[in-house]
Amino acid sequence: MNWKFSDDVPIYLQIIEGIKTDIVSGRYKGSDRLPAVRELAMDAGVNPNTVQRAYAELERQGLVQSERTSGRFVSVDEDKIRELRKDLSNEYIREMYVHLRDLGMDDKDIVDAVKNWEGK
Amino acid sequence: MKTLVCESLSKDYGNIRALDDVDLSLEEGKIVGLLGPNGSGKTTLIKLASRLLVPSAGRITICGEEPSEITKAIVSYLPDRNYLPDWMNGRDLLDLYKDFFADFDEDKAVEMMTSLNIDMNMPMKKMSKGTKEKVQLILTMSRHAKLYLLDEPIAGVDPAARDYILRTIISNYDENATVLISTHLIADVENVLDEAVFLKEGRIVLHQGVDELKESTGKSVDEYFREVFRC
Repeated sequence: MNWKFSDDVPIYLQIIEGIKTDIVSGRYKGSDRLPAVRELAMDAGVNPNTVQRAYAELERQGLVQSERTSGRFVSVDEDKIRELRKDLSNEYIREMYVHLRDLGMDDKDIVDAVKNWEGK
Repeated sequence: MKTLVCESLSKDYGNIRALDDVDLSLEEGKIVGLLGPNGSGKTTLIKLASRLLVPSAGRITICGEEPSEITKAIVSYLPDRNYLPDWMNGRDLLDLYKDFFADFDEDKAVEMMTSLNIDMNMPMKKMSKGTKEKVQLILTMSRHAKLYLLDEPIAGVDPAARDYILRTIISNYDENATVLISTHLIADVENVLDEAVFLKEGRIVLHQGVDELKESTGKSVDEYFREVFRC
């Protein structure tokens, strides 16, 4: 993956979001193996401890399982993917609302604008 | 385990106080940024840890030992200037490091130099500035040390070389070691840091995990630094 980080959010949170996006989009499938900590750290140009922290959090959330000798694996079923998609999309929608309300639009304007958006 | 500990550490040059009553404790397995403007005491602290200087007051220890030949065997130090004889070529430098440091991993150094296409027969004085810095970093990171002291490892090289240098640091330190990187180019290093230490006029004004710092301030380390050190 091509990692690009924004400066003001902890990197481990951005890695978590990146991996979640990959799971939802199907780039990672259930039971795929995740890169080793050091491998991902090198690839993304970040500290291995940061990757470790992101992986630990993904494990805590039950999206990743670690096998003692063979590494870490994506562990999701259809239900979980749907739930994850909902979480991530809610976040984008929330951001969109924040920006559009800033432009002075009310909620009806926003829904109409989405429906009539020409870039679909 | 603590790798580097400073207790009420001070250093004076004549009547100028370069470090003032510094308390600092660094854990193993961390990459720590020693961040401060020019003249804030970064190099002085690093030189005290490598025993190029001795404290005026207070104490500094590395893995429990005061700096000595014992700590020099476990500290790998990259000074902020060219410190190697410039007539030496790659081969000579490998031999020098092999002779001096029992923890030097020659195979690793050769592998890195080969991957950078460094001509082993070219003397240092004929190398470009960037190549020289890379060679010195490779030598420093090819030791299996407990503490790496990197004084301005990325100053004066282009962004691609910076990337290479940072990746070399990430991929070569092991979990029991601590890496202390001094720099004022914060934006370039902050993605690889576990912790940030801010030095201001010889005093520590901040020592915090980078994630916590970003979470509590909503700012990058670079932005926060600019705020703390606004002129």
